[in-house]
Amino acid sequence: MASAAQAIARYAESFGGFEKSAASRELAWLNKLRREGFARFSEAGFPTARNEDWRFTNVSAIAQTSFHLARNGHALPSAASLAPFAIPGVDTRLVFVDGRFAPGLSSAGQLPRGVTVGSLADEIARNPGAVENHLGRYLNQQRDAFAALNTAFLEDGAYVHVPKGVVLENPVSILFVSTERAEPTVTYPRNLIAMEENAQATIAEDYVSLGAGQAFCNSVTELVAGDHAVVSHYMIEREHTGAYNVSTLRIQQGRAADVSSHSVLLGGALVRNNVHPVLGGEGGECLINGLFIGDGRQHLDNYMLVEHASPHCGSRQFYNGILDGRAHGVFHGRIVVHKDAQKTDAKQTNRNLLLSDSAQIDTKPQLEIYADDVKCTHGATIGQIEESSLFYLRSRGIDEATARRLLLVAFASECIDRMKEGPVRAHIENLIHDHAQRLAQASIGRAS
Amino acid sequence: MSLLDIKDLKVRVEDREILRGINLELNPGEVHSIMGPNGSGKSTLAQVLARRETYQITGGTVTFDGKDLLAMKPEEAACEGLFLAFQYPVEIPGISNAYFLRSALNAIRKHRGQDEMDAMDFLPMLRQKLKLLDMDDKLLNRSVNEAFSGGEKKRNEILQMAVLEPKLCILDETDSGLDIDALRIVADGVNAMRSPDRAMLVVTHYQRLLNYIVPDRVHVLVDGRIVRSGGPELAHELEDKGYAAYGASTGA
Repeated sequence: MASAAQAIARYAESFGGFEKSAASRELAWLNKLRREGFARFSEAGFPTARNEDWRFTNVSAIAQTSFHLARNGHALPSAASLAPFAIPGVDTRLVFVDGRFAPGLSSAGQLPRGVTVGSLADEIARNPGAVENHLGRYLNQQRDAFAALNTAFLEDGAYVHVPKGVVLENPVSILFVSTERAEPTVTYPRNLIAMEENAQATIAEDYVSLGAGQAFCNSVTELVAGDHAVVSHYMIEREHTGAYNVSTLRIQQGRAADVSSHSVLLGGALVRNNVHPVLGGEGGECLINGLFIGDGRQHLDNYMLVEHASPHCGSRQFYNGILDGRAHGVFHGRIVVHKDAQKTDAKQTNRNLLLSDSAQIDTKPQLEIYADDVKCTHGATIGQIEESSLFYLRSRGIDEATARRLLLVAFASECIDRMKEGPVRAHIENLIHDHAQRLAQASIGRAS
Repeated sequence: MSLLDIKDLKVRVEDREILRGINLELNPGEVHSIMGPNGSGKSTLAQVLARRETYQITGGTVTFDGKDLLAMKPEEAACEGLFLAFQYPVEIPGISNAYFLRSALNAIRKHRGQDEMDAMDFLPMLRQKLKLLDMDDKLLNRSVNEAFSGGEKKRNEILQMAVLEPKLCILDETDSGLDIDALRIVADGVNAMRSPDRAMLVVTHYQRLLNYIVPDRVHVLVDGRIVRSGGPELAHELEDKGYAAYGASTGA
């Protein structure tokens, strides 16, 4: 189609300009990575409904908008304007404004020896060899044009490296702020988290907006967990309800590594979150815990592909969705069990609460099992707030808006209860309480 | 002044008339029982008084403590002092019993112009009432009624009643599913709440509960109408002779 070719041509022009001034462009391997990324994107183009993995999500709003790279100097927001987004109790904070690292707004906090938390661009400049070992090694760009596009334009993002046996007790927060600019702006945060054997850490990515500019954030995080590593990763999307956000988390797990991925989608007009763990070593455990809450005309798409590539691994996947107004939620849960992955134990559950007649959920499990001694279960429910529960609460004096809020929070708590106690969980609890309150109040004000 | 005054109450659900003109008056300090066969409308009456919106009121008035009860929402009726102990209490996963009860109490206290109770004052008070009902502390942190046995659910209803201190207690088949020991504990809890300022409406199918919670008046509800009223001995008469004499249909 004409407009699809136009979109690619626009990006090609942008890429041409980008290549000439990109950071670390003197590194041959990095150039190759970027070019290959662009070639993949060119070849595939933006996905359409004919692409099975995008059947329920129309990305033409993104494809047809002429986004500009946020490159040149723009005044940074003040620390005070970012204070409301801070996670209480978290001292290690990386702040990226429109995709660029802002050291003046960031703080290292207390880090154990040997741990690196900083900008990926800086690390590429300082230690290109170390980064080259991991960057782009895990992402499968063949299947995803957005991930390929991110690779083409990759320049900066968070770099976290935890050496063998080191436990990072305090969480690391990575805040991505989109500011309001003169033209529609695209950013490509690229994060790399390298956890060596027996290393432990908690990392939270938080996507927020200042103002309501037209912005498209296309992020990729590669998380490598060495043998026996323990990692908790959080992705919180709470940009304004006109923003576009596509995120990809690609996890590679070694033997007996234990990785938890938690996603909380609250904001955005069109949001797609991809979680793709590969259990590459025996005895690995993976928890994928997703919560999405949509209202108005939000479209929240959760795509998950768990690959059991090794025997004796376990995965638990839980997604809870709450949809109100004319919001549209999608859950596509894929499990692939490779031929030698005997004794796989995989469990998938998607529970959805629809609060209005126009809210919609598409839920699709997809199991591909090539081994013969495995346990794989999947289930989905779609329901509404129980009138009997609402009445029970009201019959004890609790007003309707509060009763609704309590029931929404109770439903969301299924997800929150899977998060380890700590500042990140407490932060998410607060976000959910506020969000549920707004939803409950709005539903009382509307005809049901 | 009567506490509850029901005049000619008519209620229907979809196209079925369930209550066909109920007249009933309760004064503070009184305990009345409503007995009747299955399908007579006992639970409907209880739920309508608690203001469940799935029932359609087609006639009559209800005055509660001098106010128009039928104009109230469920939370308003509760704040005014009406309490329904459900026949089938629902389970609400994700909301703890303690949090729920404190929210309810504070909503009612706020309505009465009292200060909210914080957790530090609330929990000791709650624990004391738990003991009286022979309930385990551990139940406080569990979700509302979640994985509670039938007996525990019924005791939880009485616990809530004890904490919220209502003016009018409506007990909907509180004895169903209880063994004799649980029945005694529940009855003791209810009797401990008798007071000159409080009235109770005990809805029951079987006479057994009324040996423990002795009513002042007994009303027989059949096919949506109160067909007879009398003293506590009426309950024994029903036990001996059943509801057939009142033209009760044999349908459940």
